[in-house]
Amino acid sequence: MPIILNHVNHIYSAGTSYEVKALDDVSLTIDDHEFVGIIGHTGSGKSTLIQHMNGLLKPTSGEILYNGQNIHDKDYDRNSLRAKVGLVFQYPEYQLFESDVFTDVCFGPKNLKLSKVEVEARAYDALNLMGLPKEKWYSSPFELSGGQMRRAAIAGVLAMKPQVLVLDEPTAGLDPKGRDELLDVLSRMRTDEGMTVVLVSHSMEDMSKYADRVVVMNKGKLVMNGTPGQIFSRYKELEQIHLSAPAVTYIMEELRRAGLSVPIDVRDVDEAAEAIKKIIL
Amino acid sequence: MFTDITLGQYYQTKSVLHDLDARVKLVGTFLYIITVFVCNSITAFIVAGLFLTFVIAISHVPASFMFKGLKGIAMLIIFTVAFNLFLTPGTVIWQYGVFHITKEGIRIAILMLLRLTLLISGTSILTLTTTPSNLTDGLESILGPFQKVGVPVHEVAMMMSIALRFIPILMEETDKIIKAQTARGADFETGNLFTRAKNMIPILVPLFVSAFRRASDLALAMEARCYQGGAGRTKMKPLHYEKRDGAAYVILVVYTTVICVITW
Repeated sequence: MPIILNHVNHIYSAGTSYEVKALDDVSLTIDDHEFVGIIGHTGSGKSTLIQHMNGLLKPTSGEILYNGQNIHDKDYDRNSLRAKVGLVFQYPEYQLFESDVFTDVCFGPKNLKLSKVEVEARAYDALNLMGLPKEKWYSSPFELSGGQMRRAAIAGVLAMKPQVLVLDEPTAGLDPKGRDELLDVLSRMRTDEGMTVVLVSHSMEDMSKYADRVVVMNKGKLVMNGTPGQIFSRYKELEQIHLSAPAVTYIMEELRRAGLSVPIDVRDVDEAAEAIKKIIL
Repeated sequence: MFTDITLGQYYQTKSVLHDLDARVKLVGTFLYIITVFVCNSITAFIVAGLFLTFVIAISHVPASFMFKGLKGIAMLIIFTVAFNLFLTPGTVIWQYGVFHITKEGIRIAILMLLRLTLLISGTSILTLTTTPSNLTDGLESILGPFQKVGVPVHEVAMMMSIALRFIPILMEETDKIIKAQTARGADFETGNLFTRAKNMIPILVPLFVSAFRRASDLALAMEARCYQGGAGRTKMKPLHYEKRDGAAYVILVVYTTVICVITW
């Protein structure tokens, strides 16, 4: 069930001296089972954009369609939309509030008015999926480590079994190992459960490795939209809007300049190594 | 969600009022509050109103911005006016059942309406034109003499400035938490008073946790910079009076005298 944003504008504090145009005529389609990455400099409108996807923010003008229906129609049930489009905010661990982790993860599905058995089954699955050690399930969320809290919080959204999972910088502040584990889980969700994943990230390496499609935001405008290969080969334009390509792209570029005819659009270090090997050997 | 609250907010622009010494504005606001409470005739209120209009005009803060702050207390004003209108004893000029409007009631209601409006807009001018750091500096300086009798003036001022600084941060945090819990299907809009209060828990717990976390981080950061309180502490921007501050004091004295003369 695709999400379609049609000429969406969003203005904060309209009509005051603090007026900010956070989204400027953004049109974007997110198809089923896609892994879409959103990149952009701080303040480019990424967070505003994703908050439109589950109807938390209402566009100043333009429309948002989920499964062909306008989500801001009067009779549209936005609560059920929030079960279908799960949104994980930045630093989601700061939203934990229950006395133990398991109850906290139950909060989302409980709000969907499911039976107790179903609620607990979903919480169980979600915590398992996020790989949170079982002995931590019934301890206070505030006793967990930062990375574990993050997993518990994401499990809280996963337990609602969304069809689309939108995450705002889920890896910020995690160590490299925690980051890789989290991204692998997300990638697995997509392949195993057929979930659509929308990921906001600052890490070009992650985007290049995991995303099918990358969307680039700058000053509220959607400026680029394409496969990671297409996007990162335009690294000169990215640099102008204070972004960059993954380090491996630059290496390939240097190699080309040195006379080796390697491809630029490699996804990660392994692929680059493969490509270089092919040329040299 | 909370962007409409203007009370206690600073409005960035250039004006004489913004440049005035914070102490002048504090004393001025204090005097203004007293005069508004002393006022007991329409003439006095007209003078107070004109003075406020003059101050708003030179503050370069758009009037619409000022009145938005009034919206927040509209209910309070309406209740006060209604109670005074209907419950003041005196010469009855209109009656319906237990409700009656008296001549005295109308007078008091009008005075109350003017008093509250002038009070709120008058005091919001102070925060609209003075940055929180200037405000606490001014307060610290004015209350300085109390240090001698053992009042921890600097500490109180520091706490105030920290509290003020954290209002927007906590507002933003609240907004974020509300959104995050809404995304998890939380419902804050339906149900009776009891369920609604219970539904606030998912907001309040994270908010308190984050307030404590921020407080402890800040304390640590201050200690790491060797903060030890007021004694012997110098200021980056010490307050000193200029010519315009003297002029402002003169205007204040004239205004206060006029109000006193009218009232007595």
